[in-house]
Amino acid sequence: MRALVIDDSAVIRTVLTRILTNLGFEVVQAAHGKEALERLRGGPLPAIALVDWNMPEMNGYEFIRSVRASSEWRDLPLMMVTTETEMEQVVKALAAGANEYLMKPFTPEMVEEKLQILGIKGS
Amino acid sequence: MGISAEEFRFVADLIRAEAAIVLDAGKEYLVETRLGPVAHQLGLGTISTLVAELRTRRNPALLTRVVDAMTTNETSFFRDVQPFEHLKRKVFPELIERRRAEKKLSIWCAAASSGQEPYSMAMLLRENFPELAGWRVEFLATDISTQVLAKAREGIYSQLEVNRGLPAPLLVKYFRKHGLEWQVDSSLRSMIQWREFNLASKTFPPMGPFDLIMLRNVMIYFDVPTKRSILGNMRRVLRPDGYLFLGTAETTINVDDNFASDTLHTACYRLKAA
Repeated sequence: MRALVIDDSAVIRTVLTRILTNLGFEVVQAAHGKEALERLRGGPLPAIALVDWNMPEMNGYEFIRSVRASSEWRDLPLMMVTTETEMEQVVKALAAGANEYLMKPFTPEMVEEKLQILGIKGS
Repeated sequence: MGISAEEFRFVADLIRAEAAIVLDAGKEYLVETRLGPVAHQLGLGTISTLVAELRTRRNPALLTRVVDAMTTNETSFFRDVQPFEHLKRKVFPELIERRRAEKKLSIWCAAASSGQEPYSMAMLLRENFPELAGWRVEFLATDISTQVLAKAREGIYSQLEVNRGLPAPLLVKYFRKHGLEWQVDSSLRSMIQWREFNLASKTFPPMGPFDLIMLRNVMIYFDVPTKRSILGNMRRVLRPDGYLFLGTAETTINVDDNFASDTLHTACYRLKAA
C-alpha cells in the first residue's frame, strides 16, 4: 500500500514517513500541493494522502479541491494533518472533500486510529 | 523521583482495599507516573511525602485523589473500532427488533472513565438509528473516580483527546469549540446519566435490568474472586437476551461459565440459556 505525505516541513515528512512505514505503507513525499499532483501523475493511485494545510506553491486546501475536481484522482482518500485547529477550518476542509482531519501535534497512535476510521491498512 | 519497595507495597495495598484493583510488582512505574503529578499539584513535592501523608489517614480528600489517579485510564473515542462496528451491525439492530413493542432500551457503561465510550455510543445511536428518537433510551454511565466523572459530565476534551479515534465529521457535528478545548453538545450530554459506582462492591444496588452492558478494559485490574463477583452481579442486572461487552483482552472463560461469546472477535457475550 502506498501513502502520499504532503508537508513543507521536512521534519514532519520524516516523522509521518516513519509512522506510516511502521504500519506497512510505502511512502511517497511531496513538499507542497503542486509537487503532490506531479507525484500523482507519475505513479499508481495511493491508498491515502496526508496533507498539510499551509504550504507554498499550492496549499493543502487547494490540493484537496484539485484532487476532488479531477476525474482520475477524485476517489483518493485524503486526510488533513495541520496546525489549523478552529472549527471553521475543519468544516471547510471536510466540505472541500477531506475524509479526515488530524490536528498537530499528533502521536503515532492518532495516525493509526485515523487510518482505522477510514478502513485503510498498510500491507 | 522513585518510589521505595515499601512505599509501593503500601500504595498497592491501599488501592486493593479501596478499589479491589491489583497492582503487581513491576507496576512501580505506574504509581510513579500517576502519583507524581498529584504530589506536585498538592504541593507535597515528592511521592514519599504524599505516601507519608496518606499513612496518617487524616486526609480523606487525598485518598480520593490517589484512588482517582490510580484508577483512571487513558482512553479514546470509538476505542478498538471493532466493538462499535459490532454494536452498529448486529447488537443494536437485534435489540431494536426485539424491543419494538415496548420501545425501550436500557444501556449501562460500567467503566465510563472520562466519557469517551458513552459519548461514542450516543453518537453511534444518533447517526445510525434515528427511529430511536421516539423511544425511551435509558443510558447510565458510571465510574469509581469522582474526578473523571465530573469531566465526563461536562464533556470537555482537549485537542489531543478529540484527535484520538473521533471521526472528523462527528467532531464537527456533535462538538463546539470552547476556547482551546472541545465540548460535546448539550443534546448528546443530556442523553446520559452519570453516577459514581464501585464495581467491586459486594452487592449492586437495585438497578437495571439492562439490554446492554459495556464493561471494557476494567476487569484486567481485578483479581479472580473480584472478577467472579462482578460477573455474578452483572448476570443479575443483564436481561436474559442482553449483551455484555468486555475489553478485547478480557474474557469470561474460567471466571464465569454462564456467559457464551457472541462472536470470536469482539469480546461480546450473551447469557447461556437457563
